[in-house]
Amino acid sequence: MAEHYKPTKYKAWELTLEERFQEVYPPFSQREAVLEANRCLYCHDAPCMVACPTGIDIPTFIRKIATGNVKGSAKTILESNLMGATCARVCPVQVLCEGDCVLHADEKPIAIGRLQRYATDYANEKGIRFFKAGQPNGKKVAVVGAGPAGLSCAGELAKLGFSVTVYEKKVWAGGLSTYGIVVFREPVEVSLAEVKMIEELGVTIRNGIEIGKDLTFEELIAENDAIFVSIGLGNVPEMEIPGENLEGVHDGLDFVEETKTEALSTIKFGHRVCVVGAGNTAIDCATIARRLGAERVTMIYRRSEAEMPAYHFEYEFALKEGVSFMFLTQPVEILGKDGKVHGIKCVRMDLGQPDASGRRRPVHVPNSEFVVPCDMLIKAIGQVKPEGIIAMLAPFGIETEKGYIKVDQHNRTTHAKIFAGGDCVRSHGEASTVMAVQDGKIAAASIGEQLVGVARPLAAAVSKR
Amino acid sequence: MPDLSINFCGIKSPNPFWLASAPPANSGYQVQKAFEQGWGGAVWKTIGAPVLNVCNRYGTMDYKGSKIIGLNNVELISDRPIELNLKEMAEAKRNFPNHAVIASIMVESKKEAWQEIVKRTEQTGCDGFELNFGCPHGMSERGMGSAMGQVPEYTRMVTEWVMEVATIPVIVKLTPNVTDIVIPARAALLGGASGLSLINTINSVMGVDLDTFELQPNVGGKGGHGGYAGPAVKPIALHLLSAVAADPDILKSRLPISGMGGVETWRDAVEFMLLGATSVQVCTAVMHWGFRIVEDMIEGMSNWMEEKGFETCDDFIGKSLPRVSNFGDFDLGFQSVARINHDKCIQCNLCYIACNDAAHQCIDLKELKITDEAKERLWPVVREEDCVGCDLCSRVCPVDDCITMVEIDTGRPHITWNELVKSKPEVLEWEEMEAYRETANIHIH
Repeated sequence: MAEHYKPTKYKAWELTLEERFQEVYPPFSQREAVLEANRCLYCHDAPCMVACPTGIDIPTFIRKIATGNVKGSAKTILESNLMGATCARVCPVQVLCEGDCVLHADEKPIAIGRLQRYATDYANEKGIRFFKAGQPNGKKVAVVGAGPAGLSCAGELAKLGFSVTVYEKKVWAGGLSTYGIVVFREPVEVSLAEVKMIEELGVTIRNGIEIGKDLTFEELIAENDAIFVSIGLGNVPEMEIPGENLEGVHDGLDFVEETKTEALSTIKFGHRVCVVGAGNTAIDCATIARRLGAERVTMIYRRSEAEMPAYHFEYEFALKEGVSFMFLTQPVEILGKDGKVHGIKCVRMDLGQPDASGRRRPVHVPNSEFVVPCDMLIKAIGQVKPEGIIAMLAPFGIETEKGYIKVDQHNRTTHAKIFAGGDCVRSHGEASTVMAVQDGKIAAASIGEQLVGVARPLAAAVSKR
Repeated sequence: MPDLSINFCGIKSPNPFWLASAPPANSGYQVQKAFEQGWGGAVWKTIGAPVLNVCNRYGTMDYKGSKIIGLNNVELISDRPIELNLKEMAEAKRNFPNHAVIASIMVESKKEAWQEIVKRTEQTGCDGFELNFGCPHGMSERGMGSAMGQVPEYTRMVTEWVMEVATIPVIVKLTPNVTDIVIPARAALLGGASGLSLINTINSVMGVDLDTFELQPNVGGKGGHGGYAGPAVKPIALHLLSAVAADPDILKSRLPISGMGGVETWRDAVEFMLLGATSVQVCTAVMHWGFRIVEDMIEGMSNWMEEKGFETCDDFIGKSLPRVSNFGDFDLGFQSVARINHDKCIQCNLCYIACNDAAHQCIDLKELKITDEAKERLWPVVREEDCVGCDLCSRVCPVDDCITMVEIDTGRPHITWNELVKSKPEVLEWEEMEAYRETANIHIH
């Protein structure tokens, strides 16, 4: 029987641990890809393309899959987005390209993400490289942080002939693509293959180098013609309630990272897991816990379903995975026994008047305290703003905006040599991989224009969101 | 319940659906199985001259994930012993006395040979003959098949030989591989044929392999032309059918026609019958899906007849024939323009780009503000005064009934080209043509 006709096992308990952490969507077979590609109408002035923050020519790459020019398809994708393989997996396509597909209303949108994955995986598996380093222009650029923004910027700069060094605190490059996206959305190998592709463009990536500790901005500014700062955000903040130091209380991002870097069978998990927060990372933590084998996973969120920041499809995914939700519930204390987490004390909430974010502010319901028993508590209530780096950059006159690095539409900071992008500049709009990739592209074009006078081809396509 | 039975120059059939003379009608087993499943008749795979077949025999046109929208073959007439074919034919007829069993025959161009096979075959009790003057490969090179059908004198001569001895109806099957199919059709009529059938397969080369450079079908590294059939040839078949069926000589003779070439569904069958076919023959669709498709063909046609109020097939056979006309007799004053229904439009804007790149640049993309969306996309809007009514936009539109061609009256005179050049021969000069257009309110940008 052909590979793609294998019946899908859908009962978690029938799957091995490894199977449960395979990508949720299996790759398209060639036939599936061609059939899906042939559904595409090849719209004129296609809305999917407009919706893509990196402006990928989607109808063209899809048509190339249909005609059997899969290599050309991958080229079309990567020309606009070097992290095309990651974005194919992690992009919230439902609210971007697929959400704007004209077939959305009457039929069902084209599976753009999965087609993009098909084409980029094809090129990757065959080891096809489309770009090479530009003629050396004698200019040096330092990139701080090897996440999607940094890698995208580094790659685009290398294509323009810059000598680029990327400094990365962690052991591996790739940022959240490597460490922060659950493995059944994006396997580590996909991210590392992109890192390899960037390195093959002549980019030097120096892992284990932390700015402020191993290297200072003074040194970077002195030694380089430009610097691109893409350090992302910090860990999950404190909940500022008693009991956070108990054993069994985890940082959500660390928990996700463990599943990316450790053997699945060695990861400790509880049987009654509570996840505090309702963003995409919180969903990731909850679904990972379920797939690891946790019996009961409950997400606790102080606002209601309507305000939850996770994408709706992520919410649906969590429900399907058997995660339960406690909305309008605020944790007030983590309870312990023998130094281990034993439960979480919560109060019920009501929704009051809208707050600064426009969402209705949750208010305590008096005398509504209750305890949810748990043996593991994962906090996933957002990420700390890049305070450390901002403090280091302040002496250079770098301004901030709502606690993020302030940049203009060309990703220039208030210092002539310093550019920034990715989550650390996302003072408004939604933090996402694809936006970070676009930031890197824009910054590379700005640096090119500033240092070697390369026309900025992206000016017109500058982020609309 | 409508009556689907037909009487084709004396050959009676419970419905108009016949297996064409082809691989599905190769044996008694197949034909009887087909009858059991509902097929009204079968034209047995051609028997006659001795042959040897090759491998591979088929090539296909596959389109956007759909298999076999066209099928080509280089298989020859039956390679089974004649005796066996005749025995099975007799058996099939005996077991299914109310079904039509028609023997397709083809032998070398000798009177004795034709008359001998006619006499021999009639003993099976079959209902009629079909003379294979159409096979375009293998047999034609030996002076048979389309080699006979392409020379009207041969068509007539052989038909006459057969008619001299045949005591049952004789259908002449025509080849499409001619410049004007009406000529051999009239030759068959003059030869005394009882009916016609068309089309046989079309000369074709199916494709070339991009890796091996071999042709399709690939016979040990070589390929050549073969007979093309299947859904893709339907428009050609309909044209040839309508040309023959609307020919005054054929019309007057009332020769029944068995139509084929891309019939796959009851809808196709109805179209062939509206253009004058009394029965339809099917091959490629059966080769793709088997005999069982006939159940839907029968039911679909019955439902359609019921809906339209037709009680018998005769009520609609040839109903569209009076509409078969020629360019010179079309009304130059009939004008239509495209109207886009923006409630249905999904803004793929394919109509815009088709009109702009490939037609007459009369669709604009405009801001209409008809939704609540902040960033509403531009809508295609027809500039009706410039629309030439070509209909390309509605043809590319992926949404049913979104773009309709609406008849409008622009005061153009209702006159045909033939009438115009008769009354105003001067319009054959550009200057005079321009002058006429002014008076006729025809403005070309």
